[in-house]
Amino acid sequence: MERVALIGASMTQFGQRDAWVRELLSEAGLACLDDAGVEPTAIDHLYVSNMASGEFEGQTGIPNALAHDLAAMPAYTARIDQTSSSGGAGVYAAWQSVASGASDMTMLVGGEKMTHRSTAEATDVIASLTHPVEYKHGVTLPSFAGLTARLYLDTYDAPRESLGKVAVKNHANGVDNPHAQFQKEVDLDTVLDSPIVADPLRLYDFCPITDGSAALMFCPESIAREYTDDYVTIEGIGGATDTHVVHERADPTTMGGVVDSSQIAYEMADMDPDDMDIAELHDMFTILEFLQSEDLGFFEKGTGWKAVEEGRTDRDGELPINTSGGLKSKGHPLGASGVAQVYEIYAQLTRTAGNRQVDADVGLACNVGGFGNCVTTTIMEAH
Amino acid sequence: MTDEHPPMEAAVYGDGSITYPPHPRGPDGSEAESTIDLSDYNAEIITWTTSTATPPGVRAPNHLAIVEFDVDGEPVRAIGQLTTDDVAIGDRVEAVYVNELRDPDAGIREPESQAWDGYRLRPVDDK
Repeated sequence: MERVALIGASMTQFGQRDAWVRELLSEAGLACLDDAGVEPTAIDHLYVSNMASGEFEGQTGIPNALAHDLAAMPAYTARIDQTSSSGGAGVYAAWQSVASGASDMTMLVGGEKMTHRSTAEATDVIASLTHPVEYKHGVTLPSFAGLTARLYLDTYDAPRESLGKVAVKNHANGVDNPHAQFQKEVDLDTVLDSPIVADPLRLYDFCPITDGSAALMFCPESIAREYTDDYVTIEGIGGATDTHVVHERADPTTMGGVVDSSQIAYEMADMDPDDMDIAELHDMFTILEFLQSEDLGFFEKGTGWKAVEEGRTDRDGELPINTSGGLKSKGHPLGASGVAQVYEIYAQLTRTAGNRQVDADVGLACNVGGFGNCVTTTIMEAH
Repeated sequence: MTDEHPPMEAAVYGDGSITYPPHPRGPDGSEAESTIDLSDYNAEIITWTTSTATPPGVRAPNHLAIVEFDVDGEPVRAIGQLTTDDVAIGDRVEAVYVNELRDPDAGIREPESQAWDGYRLRPVDDK
């Protein structure tokens, strides 16, 4: 099986946008074609990662719409929905299309339009992924985060401030990301004094509601060399699921999908956690950065909070996490987020990350759907 | 269970495991052999939260807990609304029937697609 390369990437401005989902997808798609130097007619497969364009704005059929807008016909198209991990699942589908030999040029575009909905409405659209026994109690993704954060702090004797430091770190990183929704620092007092959303978590422990899109271009490594000398290969990728009903998990502070998907990815790449130079984690809520950093094997269980406290995951630390600002600062347009995570790793590995550039040759992206229900972990290497 | 209230139904599978809610197959792939009513048991709070940013049709604030029932030595977890936020991890709770936990007509989900009654969790010393 030939290695799969990434030869181009793009992302739109994340935040509150006037554009609707079709326009957001086209914006990222056109920019990715330009970045990769690929003609739209060269695209064999075109995937769109999106959770809920029908529910958010009444627009379905977006892969075909995008193919038309980009003049990419007769490319095969499909929409990839895996809730918040639609982007990661799209990366998996795009990788699979090339690795299998079915496509010599695959473009993935992830996007979501959300901000025209109220916070309550958007929260309900996202919460619709829950089981009926959860939904009828008004369980939301933020409430899962509050439940898990309380248990984590109690189990591992972690201070509440450590969660706030995740927000402080990722906001500081977002300052140097021109595409981020929030490009401003926050201090710990601001985080800890912000309104309660799901006790013990407060407003600044949560990512915002966001419009945005991101895109990636995949092809076999042999074809990549026809387009560029600077590309990135996908060395390992794994996808896994955990229970749909979150309370049925034996340990709510462990995300089994993260553990399982990363083990598949590490094995495929013949690497281990120590080989990673950089990581983009799904910090939809600050507590998730602790859980993933542990379940990916970066830190021992129950010590992820200490790593943040010690600055080990800062941009100048031993393992920079979320140099993009993460979902927390960059924003979380559901279907785009997993694609934008890989965009950040691609930018770092191709030395095009600007002011937030770090020294990295190998990077990992972990995209989480639901509350750890579905996960894709991708390991990339610079060439 | 009382005659006028539906049970808080959990499934018992061939390997002895129990899940709430019931699934077509249990954790080991076996079919459910029987059901039990968790409202006949008390539970321990594993963790809890108070959600203030609630979706349409949901009370605000919404106190929630993940709890664990001990059914003759077999642990069974559930999630549910709490009657109060005056609780702590490790507290004992009992299930109290409520005929409508959220407004079925206010949210995105089709009202006819699921039940909206169920059980809130009340500290056993708070009757």
